[in-house]
Amino acid sequence: MNVIVCVKQIPDPATPGALNADNTLKREGKLILDESDGYGVEMALQLVDGAGGGEVSLVSMAPNGEVSGMRTALAMGAAKGTLISDPALSGTDALTTAKVLAAAIQKMGGADLIIAATESSDGYTGTVPEQLAEVLGLPSVTFAKRLTVNGQTLTVDRQTEEGYDEVTCPLPAVISVTAGVVEPRYPSFKGIMAAKSKPIETVTASDLGVTPVGWAGAGQSIVNVAKAEARAAGEVIEDDGEAHAKIVAFLENLKFI
Amino acid sequence: MNIWVFAQEANGAPTSATLELLTKARGAGSVTAFLGGDAAGIAGALGEFGATKVYATGDLGGKLPGVAVSAAMKAVIDGGDAPDLIMFPQSYEGRDVMSRLSVQLDRTVLTNNIDLSVDGNAVSVTTPIFGGNVLVTTAFSGSGPFLAAFRPKSFVAESAGGGAASVVAAPVPELGATGSARVTAVHTEETHGPKLDEAAIVVSGGRGLGEAAKYEMIETLAKLLKGAPGASRAIVDAGWVPYSYQVGQTGKVVKPGVYIACGISGATQHMVGMKGAKNIIAINKDKEAPIFGIADLGIVGDVHKVLPKLIEALQSRG
Repeated sequence: MNVIVCVKQIPDPATPGALNADNTLKREGKLILDESDGYGVEMALQLVDGAGGGEVSLVSMAPNGEVSGMRTALAMGAAKGTLISDPALSGTDALTTAKVLAAAIQKMGGADLIIAATESSDGYTGTVPEQLAEVLGLPSVTFAKRLTVNGQTLTVDRQTEEGYDEVTCPLPAVISVTAGVVEPRYPSFKGIMAAKSKPIETVTASDLGVTPVGWAGAGQSIVNVAKAEARAAGEVIEDDGEAHAKIVAFLENLKFI
Repeated sequence: MNIWVFAQEANGAPTSATLELLTKARGAGSVTAFLGGDAAGIAGALGEFGATKVYATGDLGGKLPGVAVSAAMKAVIDGGDAPDLIMFPQSYEGRDVMSRLSVQLDRTVLTNNIDLSVDGNAVSVTTPIFGGNVLVTTAFSGSGPFLAAFRPKSFVAESAGGGAASVVAAPVPELGATGSARVTAVHTEETHGPKLDEAAIVVSGGRGLGEAAKYEMIETLAKLLKGAPGASRAIVDAGWVPYSYQVGQTGKVVKPGVYIACGISGATQHMVGMKGAKNIIAINKDKEAPIFGIADLGIVGDVHKVLPKLIEALQSRG
């Protein structure tokens, strides 16, 4: 079984985000593997292991030839990757991103299963997996919180507002996985060393024949960026053993008790 | 302006997010609701909140709404009734339907919005970024239909007192390979007390509780206050409580009268989901925790000491 995992390399969420002059997100310096993608990589590795053959490949779109996040996924056990990196892609919207990823996946020869996170932790548009499925003409199951593969059929517990649905779907297919679907492994020292020599092919948007891209293809323009009204901090006290009485008084004052 | 609202139904009534979007849409143009399912039971409510027409696919027969409803929408648009704007709730199904449709129509999507502005034929939306500290307004360019998703509670639902909307069938066309997934069983998680996104008081627990068993304190406190228990993403990912408890960017957006954050540091992901609360109480050991930056009452202390005393004090009031 061959699985392709879409991985995003993002600025470290621990550092405050900032915008460039053209209102794109600053993505300078080292990018890291989006934590949400660790679940998909782990799921893919377990499925390929369980199938007793095949491999896990990665596809990623990132500026400046960035591969450090992909190396993390390779260190977990993925075999190889394709990176789409092209200055023309700056400002690309979710729809064009899906078209670019779909073209790269076709160039990679497709897969039995394509896995993505439900949304990225930096842009969180949250539409790429389902758009990707439509571009590729594949069925999809989004928001998977558990999944198994039996022959050519996927069985998925799909998150809903009220609980979850059991869904079956034939392969090939696209799925998006929620955090918690599996526990991602930590890369071993051996894995980290091995990852350094695993192949990553770099291509441009024009290599893939996808145009237009970037702001030109985005169908949208940012017209204003403003600071939101800040919520002021109130009273902060150290608990002296009687802080609970403060809370009771606060709730009484508001007539909630 | 001709506006469609992707309508969702739960327990025989339109969801609150659907009613919020209908209310906003009717101030900006003529409104059609588009429902994946049978409209018989809810055409009255959709009409009351501003829809004059309802397109309904009929029972989806286990097909996932993303593929099925988008194809039904595309068929109506190809048939000559094209809206200028389609508004989606920022929900699982809303996201899937708009994603599939965006490819079929070759139109961009704008998600996670909290406001809409319509001026003639120009449409723009406002999206909070960086944990809600910055608001970005984006205008659609080119021609419609424009596709936008809005977070729950972005607008206040108000009845327009309208009569029942007329129902028009919009059947799902043949889907081919894309439509081959099937729902085989539906599981509903049991909940007690008020719903998380509707409760007047929400008590949430986070990693500071230390272990899953301590979440019981959150449930006890929520019950005493007739509120709903919630959770940070960290303890949902850790498997302490189900996903339906999660408050935040990827969980529920809550705007209760009082939000009590217990052992939650205040990650951006969490704050986006609760900073709209009227009053915020935070209890956390770390006095540098970001949550204190937005709390009306901040207690720097150990939840394992403060919560038992608070529970006892409330119980003794009877």
